Amino acid sequence: MSETRKIAVTINGKRYEEEVEVRWTLADFMRQQLGLTGTHLGCEHGVCGACTILFDGYSARSCLMLAVQADGHEILTVEGIAPSEEQMHPLQEAFRDNHGLQCGFCTPGMLTTLLEFLRDNPDPTEQEVRIAISGNLCRCTGYQGIVAAALDAAQRLKAAKEAS
Amino acid sequence: MKPPPFRYHDPRTVDEAIGLLSTLDNAKVLAGGQSLMPMLNMRYVLPDDVIDINKIAALCYIRETDGVIEFGAMTRQRDIEFSDVVKARFPIIHEAILNVGHRQTRNRGTIGGSLCHLDPSAELVTMAAAHDAVVTVAGPNGTREIPFAQFPVTFMTTAIEANELVTGVRFPRWPAGHGYGFVEFARRHGDFAIASAAALLETDSNGKITRASVTLGGVSVTPVRVRAVEQALIGQKGSEDFFREVCEECRKVAAIDDVHAPANYRQHLATVMSRRALVAALGRVGKA
Amino acid sequence: MSGKSIGARVLRTEDARLLTGRGEFVDDIRLPGMLHAAFVRASFAHARIHGVDASAALALPGVRAVLTWADLSRGLQTTRLPSLVPNPYSKFPRTQLALAKDEVCYVGEAVAIVVADSRHVAEDAAALVSVDYEPLPAMSDCRDAVAEGAAPAHADLPDNKAATFKTAYGDVAAAFAGAAHLIKEALWIHRGCGQALECRGVVTDVGRDGMLTVWSSTQTPHLEKRVLADLLQRKPDTIRVIAPDVGGGFGPKAIFYGEDAIVAAAALRLKRPIKWIEDRREHFLATTQERDQYWSLEIALDADAKLRGVRGTMLHDTGAYMPWGVVMPYIAATTVPGPYILPAYDLDVTVAYTNKVPTTPVRGAGRPQAVFVMERLLDSAARALNIDPAEIRRRNLIQPEQMPYKVGLTFRDGKPVIYDSGDYPAAFGKAIELSAYADFPQRQKRAREEGRYIGIGIGSYVEGTGLGPFEGVRVAVEDDGTISVQSGAAPQGQGHKTMLAQIVAEQLQVPMTQIHVTVGDTAAFPMGIGTFASRVTANAGPSALLAARTVRDKILETASRILDAKVEDLVLDDGKVDLRTGNRRAVSLGDLAKASQGFPGFSFAPGQTPGLEHTAYFTPPQAAYCNGTHIVEVEADPETGAVKILNYAVAHDSGTLINPLIVDGQIQGGVAHGIGNTLLEWMGYDTNAQPVTTTFADYLLPSACEIPFVDAVHIETPSPLNPLGVKGAGEGGTIPAAAAIVAAVENALDPFSVKLNESPITPDRIVAAIDKARRRKHP
Repeated sequence: MSETRKIAVTINGKRYEEEVEVRWTLADFMRQQLGLTGTHLGCEHGVCGACTILFDGYSARSCLMLAVQADGHEILTVEGIAPSEEQMHPLQEAFRDNHGLQCGFCTPGMLTTLLEFLRDNPDPTEQEVRIAISGNLCRCTGYQGIVAAALDAAQRLKAAKEAS
Repeated sequence: MKPPPFRYHDPRTVDEAIGLLSTLDNAKVLAGGQSLMPMLNMRYVLPDDVIDINKIAALCYIRETDGVIEFGAMTRQRDIEFSDVVKARFPIIHEAILNVGHRQTRNRGTIGGSLCHLDPSAELVTMAAAHDAVVTVAGPNGTREIPFAQFPVTFMTTAIEANELVTGVRFPRWPAGHGYGFVEFARRHGDFAIASAAALLETDSNGKITRASVTLGGVSVTPVRVRAVEQALIGQKGSEDFFREVCEECRKVAAIDDVHAPANYRQHLATVMSRRALVAALGRVGKA
Repeated sequence: MSGKSIGARVLRTEDARLLTGRGEFVDDIRLPGMLHAAFVRASFAHARIHGVDASAALALPGVRAVLTWADLSRGLQTTRLPSLVPNPYSKFPRTQLALAKDEVCYVGEAVAIVVADSRHVAEDAAALVSVDYEPLPAMSDCRDAVAEGAAPAHADLPDNKAATFKTAYGDVAAAFAGAAHLIKEALWIHRGCGQALECRGVVTDVGRDGMLTVWSSTQTPHLEKRVLADLLQRKPDTIRVIAPDVGGGFGPKAIFYGEDAIVAAAALRLKRPIKWIEDRREHFLATTQERDQYWSLEIALDADAKLRGVRGTMLHDTGAYMPWGVVMPYIAATTVPGPYILPAYDLDVTVAYTNKVPTTPVRGAGRPQAVFVMERLLDSAARALNIDPAEIRRRNLIQPEQMPYKVGLTFRDGKPVIYDSGDYPAAFGKAIELSAYADFPQRQKRAREEGRYIGIGIGSYVEGTGLGPFEGVRVAVEDDGTISVQSGAAPQGQGHKTMLAQIVAEQLQVPMTQIHVTVGDTAAFPMGIGTFASRVTANAGPSALLAARTVRDKILETASRILDAKVEDLVLDDGKVDLRTGNRRAVSLGDLAKASQGFPGFSFAPGQTPGLEHTAYFTPPQAAYCNGTHIVEVEADPETGAVKILNYAVAHDSGTLINPLIVDGQIQGGVAHGIGNTLLEWMGYDTNAQPVTTTFADYLLPSACEIPFVDAVHIETPSPLNPLGVKGAGEGGTIPAAAAIVAAVENALDPFSVKLNESPITPDRIVAAIDKARRRKHP
């Protein structure tokens, strides 16, 4: 019983037309069928947040969505955050500058979650940042570097906005 | 942890969904997916068919008329969280919903899904109980309404039939200036409540309580309206000491015993959370 | 670029790839024709297997093979997994077979492997494999396991005492006989799991040339290669193991798991690449963890609260097998004396088999338990003697002039425990200062007036790090002037590549961007030990220094020949060698590298050797002991048992710091793990040894809302044991956390006369303790 459906989904600005098994999660579809392995699977039951992507601009756990549900929608993954091959997004630079990652496994989910958060909350307090990432587990960093990176990124994004 | 094989359906209308539910005998309805998908991934459920209702646009709405707010079953928790009407007129729902999981959960999770899943500690379920909400249900023979007191049958089991679909839920509002308090005890931010309490109060011009709703979530297999406490409050002037005395009643509520907490601890928390919710509610009376 | 790199907060070279989604973790590897595996695992904690019927599974479309013990090679059928640290104390040193033969001894033990076109189908098929189990009595609690008449965890063993040993020194009888004060405590510590965010996994490919290539999410690729060669009975040079990007290790990924051998066996049989990725549920069942220790201790002090001795017993749950021998309980036993002058000590340890997954080191490796018991004993003594907890410690700390300090025990590296260096009073004093400990009584009084309960607690530790035997590094100047570095080190987020590059950059005066580091690959560097026990910086760091120094000498010697100059007149600067006198010429490192390889057909001068490369293996004489003190301030809610950390201060000494940015991250992360262990994490089993916490909803890892900023100050007391003066820094954040936090909570609840001799302390247990104390007072 491997029923399939044809879907069309835009990921990181690129349109994909694919046939997918209906029981495959969005995460497995992106990772295995499209080769977009930047989004990681840490638990497959919706707690760790490593699989977080932006679905029509809203953060969602891709292990808790079926691939077929993405038909006609737009997704942003970690691979689509940097503006180009040569340049990183201010949020990514802030992570690097503030030691916001160690093993890097939770990082893609942290980045997408914070991208949405900073877009909607450009001037957050530290506590607001912690609550924003409370659905993303990290076993390595103890979160301090991530929180510092988020606050640093908020400043960088604000400055960039003011400059333009 | 990959889902078992199933057939997938994505109806566009409530009638289509009910048609499917009427003919398929081992089907699960997929709403926000925040509860069903983990169960599918862990193979805790093995449906032959999954009915995805995310494309039924008619189920997404927030309507406020005449002191009643109605949410379509597929209203995302996120939309409830950011609704100005909810924040202004149903502030306890706004307070409670911030405890529902995390941002990612609320972006996808729905109120209908939460009600049907009926997790003992679900905040929206507790809200429905606290407000004596009314659930609207559609079936092959038409629609019907289920007052929330009759909606939960037992642990994670609702009163709807296998061929019925929850289409919405109505919350009557409490008058402007009502007191409200929602407190929750969870192990981590966003976790399932070990015990939560929702208190709604109305007082007269002398400060005597004229109406009270006290609901415990997470303590029992379904939310509990603690009528003994509500009745003891009527006609009395509230105070922390009085609430402490009255809330001892909550220790008698039949409580869940599991890996997170023993039953007697939940019962103990019930007395503490209900008291704290009432104190908060009293402090807000009159401050519309 | 010139100048120092060691000690600088250099940004990590690892980050750009990981930040842009270009990491390559084992599940990211996709090979043409790759198949997927799932394991059939025991659902009983103890059972005989009378048969396995795979017919229904094999009939499912897309299933390629189902292998049970009966289908394995003779080698795999009979060779048990290695005991990595054999120890004479082990009475029944049992380890697993790669697949269970006729008995399973813990829920999750692998019974069969299914190979299919997708993981989905493999799981479908695994559910169809029918195993004929005969359930046997299962031992769950280790205390029950060593009681008279306990059912054996292994059907053929007479009892469950896997090992017994004693660690002792000094005259304990005299210490206790002449003591002014004797205090006895019973303590329980449960440490939970590693729970790296990436589970285990392996991709195995068989090349046309017969080369077996294994990508494994492991901390020990060289060990894995050696064991695979042994189990599969292949020549070692036909196996290559690569640890790709690894999403956290924390200890459990350091041992060898049978699944890796079975996947390899299946790949060899099917002649197809096979991927097996452990899912989180399997991880809870079948990946090793730390678990329970029960201590019963007595402390003897003289009239001025000076320690005279500690004696007692400890019971350690090793689970169903002993893949690391008795390392963990042994480390725990030898860590108790800590930073204190303890004249006599005697501990009898019993290691018990239970029908649960084996226990092996998790970050801290038995030391958190030891620090917990010692610190709790001191707090108990302080209370009994009415002395401030800080004061009782000050009176007993080893003084800096006593270094190197011989404790009197033998450590797990076979050497006497000799603390090589460290200023314990200075670290202690720094923590006291950082935490504003002196003003705490005032803070506590004010809080109580407001109806709030705050408390403060102290935990100090000494940790043996940098264990040998070695971790080698090769440094080479390439023809284009870049520097290539290879090492047996295998990182999981510790920034080894950056650390090694910093050391090499400073020696060769080359920008970090010109240094390319390869780690975790047995083909790139043939001999290695692996990442555990906070050992890599202290072993690979000095190796990198020695290798780079030798390469530097070769560079200068070659340059002096080419430039016809004296070595003293030459300076390394920014990727070239400058002649600072005369006509001031320069030659690039790339040109020197080419020159060092001569010209085809021409001989070298006598004594000249080819290439600008060198491989060094620094071999430490013993462990390098680092130390620290944590002081934690908490607020406890007596009504709910909730604990909030208000302040977390750390004074940390791990010798010379190569990269303080990375070390700060290790401390912060280590403390987070310790907070998790103490307040949230509990790996539960029922009385049938069935695991009951098998998801992240039940097993609670701390989120950003539960972990505060860790205020850490560094003291650098260089170790005399290696040329860099470095010590390990990976575990110090975790080791004293439980001790300090529990002490703080007990202090906060002092008005309720609560005593806390256990970790984790969950809210319900705190409320129960308050209730129990109240009933004791008012029966």
